Amino acid sequence: MKNVLFLIFLLVVFFAKSSFALIEIDITRGNLNPLPVAVSPLYVESKSSEALKELKVGSEISKIIETNLLRSGLFNPLEKDSFVQKPDIAHLKPRFEDWKLIKAQALITGKINITDDKLRVEFRLWDVLAAKEIMALAFTTVPDNWRRVAHIITDKIYERLTGEEGYFDTRIIYVSEKGPKNRRIKKLAIMDQDGANTKYLTLGNELVLTPRFNPTNQMVTYMSYFRNLPRVYLLDIETGVQEVVGEFPGMTFAPRFSPDGKKIIMSFAKDGNSDIFTMNLETRVVERITEHPAIDTSPSYSPNGKYICFNSDRSGYQQIYIMRSDGSGVKRITFGQGIYGTPVWSPRGDLIAFTKMYKNRFYIGVMRTDGSGERLLTENYYQEAPSWSPNGRVLIFYRETKSGSQGEGFSATLWSIDLTGYNERLIETLTDASDPSWSSLLSK
Amino acid sequence: MNKSIFLSAIFHIIIISLTAISFPYMIRKPIDLPPIISVELIQISDFTNIPYAPKAKKILEKIKKEKERVVSEQAPPKIVKKEKPDAIPLPKDAKKKKKIKTKKQNPKKIESEIKQVSEFEKKELFDPDQIAALIDKSKVETAETMHKSDKLTQSQDKNFIASGLTLSEEDALKAQIFGCWSIPLGLPYNENLLVRIKLKLKTDGTVIKSEILDHVRMNTPGQGFYKVLAESALRAIRLCQPLRVPTTGYDRWKDLQLNFDANEMLKG
Repeated sequence: MKNVLFLIFLLVVFFAKSSFALIEIDITRGNLNPLPVAVSPLYVESKSSEALKELKVGSEISKIIETNLLRSGLFNPLEKDSFVQKPDIAHLKPRFEDWKLIKAQALITGKINITDDKLRVEFRLWDVLAAKEIMALAFTTVPDNWRRVAHIITDKIYERLTGEEGYFDTRIIYVSEKGPKNRRIKKLAIMDQDGANTKYLTLGNELVLTPRFNPTNQMVTYMSYFRNLPRVYLLDIETGVQEVVGEFPGMTFAPRFSPDGKKIIMSFAKDGNSDIFTMNLETRVVERITEHPAIDTSPSYSPNGKYICFNSDRSGYQQIYIMRSDGSGVKRITFGQGIYGTPVWSPRGDLIAFTKMYKNRFYIGVMRTDGSGERLLTENYYQEAPSWSPNGRVLIFYRETKSGSQGEGFSATLWSIDLTGYNERLIETLTDASDPSWSSLLSK
Repeated sequence: MNKSIFLSAIFHIIIISLTAISFPYMIRKPIDLPPIISVELIQISDFTNIPYAPKAKKILEKIKKEKERVVSEQAPPKIVKKEKPDAIPLPKDAKKKKKIKTKKQNPKKIESEIKQVSEFEKKELFDPDQIAALIDKSKVETAETMHKSDKLTQSQDKNFIASGLTLSEEDALKAQIFGCWSIPLGLPYNENLLVRIKLKLKTDGTVIKSEILDHVRMNTPGQGFYKVLAESALRAIRLCQPLRVPTTGYDRWKDLQLNFDANEMLKG
């Protein structure tokens, strides 16, 4: 009996499936064109004395969102002249046909209001083709904070439309440079990721290099000269207090925080030999990580803190190695032609960015953590020091131009490039700039 | 009591089984598969040799039936052309050679004639198996260029057999959607990035209804990217519509399932 029932069941399944066979088509390709978006100006509701200010701030916020989206390379903000619908009506109920006409696939509308010295910005993200709202948020803050609001809104839009965290509400710390090439004045500077709100953290009395944020963005570690010896420093951005890290008798350099922010990893050089050390910031205990007669430097932790990548010339010329965080299991991962340096582990954990020098040209590239899949993203006369955006999609680095014998024509500028290698952009700074480091998301 | 429930269950199962077996045949017309060889070769490529085949067959029949006549009609002008270069370097032996050639002409002429009529025609003509081989080869090549992985090749075969859409019809539809689908670049490429969408279409290719088959994943914790991916796929469909569907055979494609897989693109 059971067999009969089983047979009937099999027959049902077989015939049912074969009779209702459905056409299936596999779509395995798409386009990588930027998504057309319409950023409608923010709608100003009140007719009070603040209306003009609201209008101006609203317009600026809208512009910043547009610029951020454009610079990401993933969006194509449409010209405002082509918008048919007014911002106030669009914010309440857009006429999707009008937005479809101008080929917009996403629409961003918003409203701004300043009352009692409080800025309130409301925005909505619409899927034009689906004719529905897909996100709506409101932010309240002090009016001076309007730029951050614009960046936070961009982050939300970016995350909703691309599926990954944004990187717009972030800061960049870098070395500001001024003066002739042989007598440069170098100061630590910090700015928003789009180049706005620049502030200087040091006076320029001492040479500073390689600043790096801690995970909470409150502290910075960098290298400066003390009695003509390079030393690693720690600076609290809020209070301005700085201190030397550790009591090392020789040079310390290339500092970087561990992912939990509790340690600093750096190189310590003595008698021509350089090894990697960590220092626990709470206990001040120093721990040796590598012990090799070769020069080991530029250490960088993996996001989970279990591994460290660094460069070393132990094979005869400079290559990239990885090891466990206790220094065991050292493994060389680069075997290509040229010299590899400044490895930095991606915040996503999947890639390592590096600088490569080959035939007198400098390249910024990425590879998998086992050294495979090397991709060179950009090439120039001189460029180095890549630093990842918090979402692991974009790299910032600096580039220097070739100068004459007297240093004329020399410049140092910050650039960003995304993982596709196509979206390379100059980051405007007030002065020449080098050694950039990207913070994590401020609003996280 | 138990016995009656058991009997009722048995009867129900039998009725459901019979309905499932017979009902589809009653409501669905048998799939009218077009002749595989001709459809493929004509629609996929204009450069296949098939169009020459009927012409070649006629020539072959003529050759078989009227060998002498064919030779005498078509051979002379080409023989003259061939002889000239031979005659120039050896003027002294010209007479001898001419004689020899005229003797040997007839048996060889048939062969050379066939060669000279058309290389294409000859190849198809003499070896019908070769046509099949060509077809097979074209199939393989198309499959290889369209899909790198075995999985996709299998699915293509499956589509062809089960759907009744020809490869060119399917390709036209794919090409249209490729152009409309903006893949969200931030997706984690080590995850399953397959979105299956079932569509109900009008005769003009307009979408009446679209349904995400794995919609449970939309709200699954840790699968936030899936919502973004699914929305991008839906946007592609809306942007593309009306879809480029065949003008005939509406019953075959009124229900369609599109499997959007971003893994291949994002992994590179």
